[in-house]
Amino acid sequence: MKGRDIISIRDLKKEEIELVFSVADSMVDIALGKKESNALEHKILATLFFEPSTRTKMSFESAMLRLGGRCIGFSDIGATSVAKGENLHDTVRVVESYSDAMVIRHPKEGAARYAAEISEKPVINAGDGSGEHPTQTLLDLYTMKKAMGGIAGKNVLLVGDLKYGRTVHSLARALSLFGAGIFLISPRELEMPEEVKKEINIEAEGERIEDHIREADVIYVTRIQKERFPDPAEYAKLSGRYRIDSKLLEMAKKECIVMHPLPRVEEIAYDVDSTEHAWYFREAFNGIPVRMALLSLIMGVVE
Amino acid sequence: MRELKIEAIRNGTVIDHITAGTALKVLSILEVDPEATISLAMNVSSRKYGKKDILKIENMELNEDDVDRIALIAPHATINIIRGGEKVKKFKVELPDTIKGIVRCMNPGCISNVSNEPVERVFYVIDKKTPILKCKYCGREMSEFLDYIL
Ligand SMILES: [Zn+2]
Repeated sequence: MKGRDIISIRDLKKEEIELVFSVADSMVDIALGKKESNALEHKILATLFFEPSTRTKMSFESAMLRLGGRCIGFSDIGATSVAKGENLHDTVRVVESYSDAMVIRHPKEGAARYAAEISEKPVINAGDGSGEHPTQTLLDLYTMKKAMGGIAGKNVLLVGDLKYGRTVHSLARALSLFGAGIFLISPRELEMPEEVKKEINIEAEGERIEDHIREADVIYVTRIQKERFPDPAEYAKLSGRYRIDSKLLEMAKKECIVMHPLPRVEEIAYDVDSTEHAWYFREAFNGIPVRMALLSLIMGVVE
Repeated sequence: MRELKIEAIRNGTVIDHITAGTALKVLSILEVDPEATISLAMNVSSRKYGKKDILKIENMELNEDDVDRIALIAPHATINIIRGGEKVKKFKVELPDTIKGIVRCMNPGCISNVSNEPVERVFYVIDKKTPILKCKYCGREMSEFLDYIL
């Protein structure tokens, strides 16, 4: 995968995703700081964050540093030449000459694909307003695989905002590619769009978690975003709708895992944290070995 | 109602079966020589499509590439090349697989609509009949083009 751009999860074949996972497995001890590595020594990763996403940026930086590489970049465009009117095209042309690969987050849809066209060096999309955030999708799949031993035939409940929360669309497609059964749980107002539905394996659709929690192997909870609702009362009504707590989880299988891309607001009660169901922090950690694997593969230090 | 006869031209191009009401837009897309003699008939009765527009451009022969540009707004158009009063060639418009620089993306949040980026507007034609285009950058699918022709 040397030199490859990672713009959409759909650009990756199933075998390539599996390769990322097997390399990630070999990175876990390094990610935990138990083992040292200099695999990316002398390599520089540029992180271009045209809108802030501190967590994602730190995760890439940690992955790079764990492998002995270095990072340059920005997450506040106020201090950059972008503030002086430089366009994305020129920024990418300049930054590619400073680095071996770049990670980009940008508010405009399609910005990452555009950057990849401009740059000779590999580009990773860390969210570009189009709902594509392939490293998040990879780490979600990787987490499910680790927790359950495999994804095929497992029942995944996708819960919350399935309409606007577009990274969940990419995840649903990828889950279908791996043979999972999908249960869509959302308020009517936030249903998954038809064009996504027709591409995925839907087992059931509904508004209540309780109706399907017994069958669930994974409960993947997304945040309902305030900015989607012009009417605050409407938001208040929907946002509290899906609150997972340890009481509710008594209905679930013992091995059922709860995932959340974080940050959570009130979707998951703190009393879940101490249960065996809580996988969201492990999910966040898994972002490190997955990104380490991806960086090693696209920079050509692992085949 | 009797179908309107297009007055014959001796040399040039006749574009028939243009979607009713879009002939002026078609004309603007084709970038015809401003000196050319052009006649235009709008909302003519058509057996096949109810109403249609017809455009005649004298002393100018359009080629297939030119006319593919109009396929988005006049998908049923037929082109007749006339020489010495004879129809020497007739073809239908057909969309290419990729369209560049003709329409802009309807998604205001798309990178291709950022004015200071030197980005070429590229669309994949995912359905030639309807037609439906998909933006290369943001992935938005479009089936209405009239307001988005560049
Ligand atoms: Zn677009």
